[in-house]
Formats: sequence, structure tokens, C-alpha cells
Amino acid sequence: MATELKAPPAPSPPDAATGEGVLVENVSRTYSQRGGPGVQALCEVSVRAHGGELLAVVGPSGCGKSTLLELICGLQRPDGGSIVCPPAVLMPQHDLLLPWLSAVDNAALALRIARLPREQARRRAAALFEELGLDGFQDARPAELSGGMRQRVAFLRTLLSGKPVLCLDEPFGALDAITRGEMQAWLSQALAREPRTVVLVTHDVEEAILLADRVAILSARPGRVLEQLEVSAPRPRARTDGAVIALRERALGVLKLGAPPLGGGA
Amino acid sequence: MSTAARTTLSRADGATATLRPGDGALRRAIRAGLPPLLLVAALLGLWEIYVDAGSDSSFVLPAPHSIAAAMWDNAGLLAANLRPTAEEVGLGILLALLIGFALAVVIHLSPLLRRAVYPLAVGSQAVPIAVIAPLLVFWWGFGMAPKLVVIVVICFFPVLVTTVDGLAAVDPDQLKLLRTLDASRWQAFRFAELPAALPAALSGARIALAVGVIGAYIAESQTATSGVHAGLGHEINADLTALQTPRAYAAAVVLFGFAIACFHALGLAERRLAPWSARPRGDAG
Repeated sequence: MATELKAPPAPSPPDAATGEGVLVENVSRTYSQRGGPGVQALCEVSVRAHGGELLAVVGPSGCGKSTLLELICGLQRPDGGSIVCPPAVLMPQHDLLLPWLSAVDNAALALRIARLPREQARRRAAALFEELGLDGFQDARPAELSGGMRQRVAFLRTLLSGKPVLCLDEPFGALDAITRGEMQAWLSQALAREPRTVVLVTHDVEEAILLADRVAILSARPGRVLEQLEVSAPRPRARTDGAVIALRERALGVLKLGAPPLGGGA
Repeated sequence: MSTAARTTLSRADGATATLRPGDGALRRAIRAGLPPLLLVAALLGLWEIYVDAGSDSSFVLPAPHSIAAAMWDNAGLLAANLRPTAEEVGLGILLALLIGFALAVVIHLSPLLRRAVYPLAVGSQAVPIAVIAPLLVFWWGFGMAPKLVVIVVICFFPVLVTTVDGLAAVDPDQLKLLRTLDASRWQAFRFAELPAALPAALSGARIALAVGVIGAYIAESQTATSGVHAGLGHEINADLTALQTPRAYAAAVVLFGFAIACFHALGLAERRLAPWSARPRGDAG
């Protein structure tokens, strides 16, 4: 089933994109350390996202969130457990746009890697710029773009890989609060137009609840799933919605309980 | 918004605005050229005073005015000798750039070859040219080839080191990203590492140029040349032997100017070939 979705590098039509979800079961991952016991990053983590859903993974820094994304993307192998998921693409924390390419060429990178001729790749990427409200920025170099714009271009590059699963690693972590809010709204709209299965890693509980269909809360290292919340509130959601506030407080409570006691050892 | 503002500004005082570009360029040229010119003038003045005080023989240190006179009198000879030297340096730097870059790529892509090649490259810099010069002449005769070899041996090294560092400086996350976009090793190299290494290689070439001109002198001194105009290095040695010290100094001044011109030419090339590295990085804030 996964191979069906692998073939076209094009942005898949919505029905195909919602076809398959991500299933992570009892996954553990330990990094070996020279001359000492390994560092366990993840411990028997089970999370899932149905096709077309957005799963947010929240937790304190160092809880193995990025490791989880790399496992889903196939950049690492788990030591135990299983991961069932169609091809996934990573959007790392930093935009990592190539400074010598224009915005549209950066967005079209996956198409060029799939050996599409340059002009054709450009046209496809430019069409997505128009569709997602970035028209006019196609020819700008990354250095000329604001942080928020750079993240949008990085997201287009991720979308244009044509893979059904997107793994977003703290995509808005480096942005200021106002830009962050704008980006969250923009991401919701973009995903409404171009549905994909998304695994979003963030340390911001509120961001998780505003954007996600389900939220997995991880403990400090080694990361374990403390709780999974379903967010069924209708969209668009605002941070002042009663349901959002209630879920946020609940999630923060879980995180607090899961935190190591003060003064406790490592 | 900013373009609109600019248009209204130029409309407000159109007459002066049309004069401005040339004016600004001239002023910028003066502002850039003035400090080094003033420094050179001051040093020349001190030099002239020192020589006129009569402490040294003019065979050892000629006065600036006699060097200037030697330049004027021997302009044709100096120009004729600049030509082969300029060709050696130009071709030599180009070859050094290509060879240094190619070696850097090989070293970057293969840990095995890195271990094998890098120490040899470092060691090559310690070998005095005089040791291999007779061999070079034996192999390639009195033409340009042995001189090019000497310049390349001296100049490939800075290119190699800066390029290896440039290739290694690519963010590992960048390579991870490319892997999840299904890029092959070759594509990761072509899309991310190769362009990233280009400005590094060109900075290496600028360092190489500084040693390349002296490399040409060494090459001309160490390998004999047939022909009348054998290059500025050769000319300098001949003049020093014949106690034509002002002319030797005049030839050195030509080398001096040539090196500066080449340095700026490479800087221009870098701005053309890698405009993104010259531009200050935009800030998110």
C-alpha cells in the first residue's frame, strides 16, 4: 500500500493524500555512547495519525521529539517497536533554504531532484506560490525574505516533495509571537487546500492545540507518551476559545506531573 | 512601498537626480582610492628623504625618483617582460584553482583518499622548489610548462584547504533534508555542497594569488628560459647582477601593481560567480 503512494513526486490530489496515516508502536531508540551506557531518547512510544490528520507531539526540550521525526522519515531505525507509514518528508527546524537559489527555485528543489526540467519545476512551484498567497515573492533570494516568509517557502518545498506525510520539526520555533500566530493561521489554511498527514513537533502546548487533531504529550528524556488528547474543537480555533483553554490547561498539568522532581538526579 | 517613495523623490528634484549616479561613482572611487594613495605618497616621501640623507649606496637602495625614471626609460622592456609573467600567473592560478578544487572534492567524498592525499598535499608545501627545478627543466625544457608547474605546486594548496573547509561547512541538517527529498549522494553534492564550496574556493584563489606572483618569480629564477623577454622575475635577477638596481626595483613595482590588479579582478569574479556570499545576510528580526 505504501508503494502506491510513493510514485508521483507531484502534489498528490487530496483523496490520495488522505489515504494513509502514521502508526508508531512501542518504539524505543537508544543512542550508543562510547565508553558508557547509551542514552535512551525514546521509550516504548506509541502514537498514531490517521490519513489527513495533524498529530502534534509536545514535550520538554531533549525529550526525543526530533528523534521521533527522523524515525518516521526513515533517517534512523528504531531499536524496538514498529513504524508503519508511507513516505515522509522532513522540514527541519531551520529553513535551510539554499542562499544561491531564488525562493521559487528553493521551493522546487524536490522537483529538480526528481529530475523535472528546470522550467517545468519552476512553473509548478510558482503555481503553488499563487495558490497559497505568496505571489510576488517567487524571485526573491532567501536573504531578502523575513523569517516568516522563509519558513513559508521551506514549507512549500516540503509540500512539493509530493510525499503524503509531512514531518515538521518546530517550524515556528525561531519566530516572534506575532509572526508565529500568522504562520499558524497560514499553515491551517495551506493544509486545508493541500491536505496531508502531518506530524508536528513543538514545545508550545497552545500551538499544538490550535493546529492539531490529536496531541501526544511526551515526558522528559527518555521520552514516553504521558497522554494523548483528541482535539475536536471546530476550526478555525482561537487561543481564547473555551475548549482550547481547557485543553491547554490539561496538557500543561500533564507536563508538570511528568516533569522530574526538583533537585532530583539525572 | 519603497519604490513608490523613491519615484516621488526623484520627481521632486529631477534635475539633480539625473546628475547623481556619475557623481556618486566618482566620489566613491575617490573615497576608496584616497587612503592607499595617501599612504603610498607618505611612504615614498619618507623613502626619498632617507635616501637623500645619503646613508646607503644607490646600488643597495635607489631613491623613488630614480626608480620612477627607470620605469619611464624602460617602459617597453618592462611591458615586454610583464607579458610572460602575467601569462604564467594567470594560467597558473587557473590551473591551481581547478586542481585544488578537484582534489578538495575527492578528499571530501572519500575518507580513504583523504587519509592518503591530504598529508602529501601538506608535505608538498615544504619541498623547496630548487630541489625539483632541475627535474622540471629536464622533463619540460625552457618553455612555460615547468614555470606553470612551480606556480601550481605553490598555489593549489590554499585553494585545497579553503575548499575542503567550505565543503565540510554544509549544515548536516541540510543533507538530512535532501535525503528525505530522495536526493542521491551526487544530487546532494550538486545542489548543496558544490555551490557552497564555490566562494570558499575563490577566497582560496585570492590567497593563492598573493603567493602566486612570488611563485612566478621563484619559477623564473629556478628554471632557465630561452628568449629575450623571459619575465619580470628573470629581469629582476639580471638587473641585480648587473647592478642595475633602479631597474630591478622598477620591475618589482610592476609586479606589485600586477598583484593588486589581479586581486581585485578575482574579487570581481567572486561577486559575479557567487553574489550570495558577498551580500550581507538578511536578518529575520
